[in-house]
Amino acid sequence: MSFLSLSHIQKSFGPVQVVSDFNMEIEKGEFVSFLGPSGCGKTTVLRMIAGFETPSGGTITVAGKNQAGLKPNQRNIGMVFQAYALFPNMNVTDNVAFGLKVAGRPKEEIDARVKEMLGLIKLEHLADRFPYQMSGGQQQRVALARALAPKPQVLLLDEPLSALDAKIRVSLREEIRMIQQQLGITTVFVTHDQEEALSISDRIVVMNAGCADQIGAPAEIYNRPATRFVASFVGTLNLIEAKVVDPAANRIAIGDQGITLREPLGAVKAGDTVSLALRPEAGSIAEGAKGDTALTGEVVSSNFLGSVIRTRMRVGPSVISFDMFNNPGLVPPTAGETVTLRFVASDLLVIRD
Amino acid sequence: MKSTRILAWLAIAIGAIYFIVPLIGTFEFSLRMRRGEYTFDAYQSVFSDIQFRTTFGFSMLMALFTIIFGMLLVVPTAYWVRLRLPRMRPVIEFITLLPLVIPAIVIVFGYLRLYNSSSFLPLTNSTSGTNMLLVFSYMTLSLPYMYRAVDTAMRMIDVGTLTEAAESLGAKWPTILFRCIFPNVMSGVLSGAFITFAIVMGEFTMASLLNRPAFGPYLQLVGANKAYEPSALAIIAFAITWLSMGLLQLVSRFQKTAPVKA
Repeated sequence: MSFLSLSHIQKSFGPVQVVSDFNMEIEKGEFVSFLGPSGCGKTTVLRMIAGFETPSGGTITVAGKNQAGLKPNQRNIGMVFQAYALFPNMNVTDNVAFGLKVAGRPKEEIDARVKEMLGLIKLEHLADRFPYQMSGGQQQRVALARALAPKPQVLLLDEPLSALDAKIRVSLREEIRMIQQQLGITTVFVTHDQEEALSISDRIVVMNAGCADQIGAPAEIYNRPATRFVASFVGTLNLIEAKVVDPAANRIAIGDQGITLREPLGAVKAGDTVSLALRPEAGSIAEGAKGDTALTGEVVSSNFLGSVIRTRMRVGPSVISFDMFNNPGLVPPTAGETVTLRFVASDLLVIRD
Repeated sequence: MKSTRILAWLAIAIGAIYFIVPLIGTFEFSLRMRRGEYTFDAYQSVFSDIQFRTTFGFSMLMALFTIIFGMLLVVPTAYWVRLRLPRMRPVIEFITLLPLVIPAIVIVFGYLRLYNSSSFLPLTNSTSGTNMLLVFSYMTLSLPYMYRAVDTAMRMIDVGTLTEAAESLGAKWPTILFRCIFPNVMSGVLSGAFITFAIVMGEFTMASLLNRPAFGPYLQLVGANKAYEPSALAIIAFAITWLSMGLLQLVSRFQKTAPVKA
């Protein structure tokens, strides 16, 4: 049986259904990210686990114990907030010790645990600082230590990196993952940043309009999006409209160029329109590029993005973007130029929703 | 541009004259008790008056009780309204503003009708009961200032998230209120406390109609019967108010919530 189980969870605020029939099983020590746009219900699910919201339906169990009727202070679930939420009147030591003091632990145990936690986040030297004397990144690390100090059964992270600048966000997310693995604590992380979710999660739940559209490992979510929403939300993706030519042979046409798909087309007939997805990094126009499939089109634009150059080309009714790794000798194609994009047919996915 | 500046300084000068000249006049008059020379005799006379000390002490005590009970009423109320009843805020704000609209004499007559010796709760039957009533009436008078000061301090901190953070760490309501919220709105509480103190020390209507030996009625009594002492008392009363305001400014600088950007 899984450690944290969410079964048929529903939540309505008045007439508005925010979460509908959400199901999820999370194993002990697993790091799961809820990924989705604003308003998709990810934070609401997290708040229901924490006990700050009561589900309109369904059950939440932690270590086999039903959480219904338990107040947030009875659940032993640690939480880190986007706004840090450190107590401004307490210094770092007192903030980290707060949960232990509330639990009535002996002073020696509190001192030892606070020291251990500050060591974990590498902020021993700031033990006497007040929150207003620290940077956002430091405050969030203290918030993490404070949440972990009472040894919670589950750690909830509610967009903890959103208020930080880009560099600190990257370093702190790696630190969070490292600490999580070190402690083996079951963690649920809410974010709307796909890169964050992809880089640190064991599994990702992509949420859309209160439902889990897809649950899977980061590579699976990225490479095999189950729905159009997942495909468009996770990573940059080309959505290409194609006409079915021969369903039995998986033959389709993009504009006037025919392609044979590896994936079966399913229940469609000749003349139907299907949506296909292709990642920008899946194709290349370089000489000798590998791939059993090619599409020829006219370049619309080329944009320098630092590590890559993103080129947009028109093929029939669709505009397809593809990326080339930047190197000093690379001459990007110019608008109006005709180029041939090569890729592996299996990278072209049929979107079925 | 230059003429605008001159006009601004002129307005400040007129305002300053309007406020300062009467004060200087009062102060100067309070020093003229002895013919032909400036002395602090009037102040000496006031400070040596046993009634001054009694009434001043009584009002101080009433102010202290008003502040304590006012805080216990206002802080949890403002907290609860911010946390759970945000839609009730306009209603609560309206209620807290009522003492500014309803004259003190109406409020105290209302109290006397409700709590007189023949009522269901005869508070005026005993001295301690009347004192309690006086504290309650002072709490009512100071409510607009106390509530606003505390509410503004609460706006400075994220009450909801701090409460949730404390709850997730296992804290119960009393711990959350007194260890996480109260210390962080202390500057607001103290601001409200100093304003309350200044109001109570000069209040006349309530204390007079409830027949309690407070500083306000004493000021009136001295003003009606003596010449120089009322001016000295007026200056003392101003000094108390200014001291309160100065302390208010001081504590407002102690707020530890300004975040340092990452």
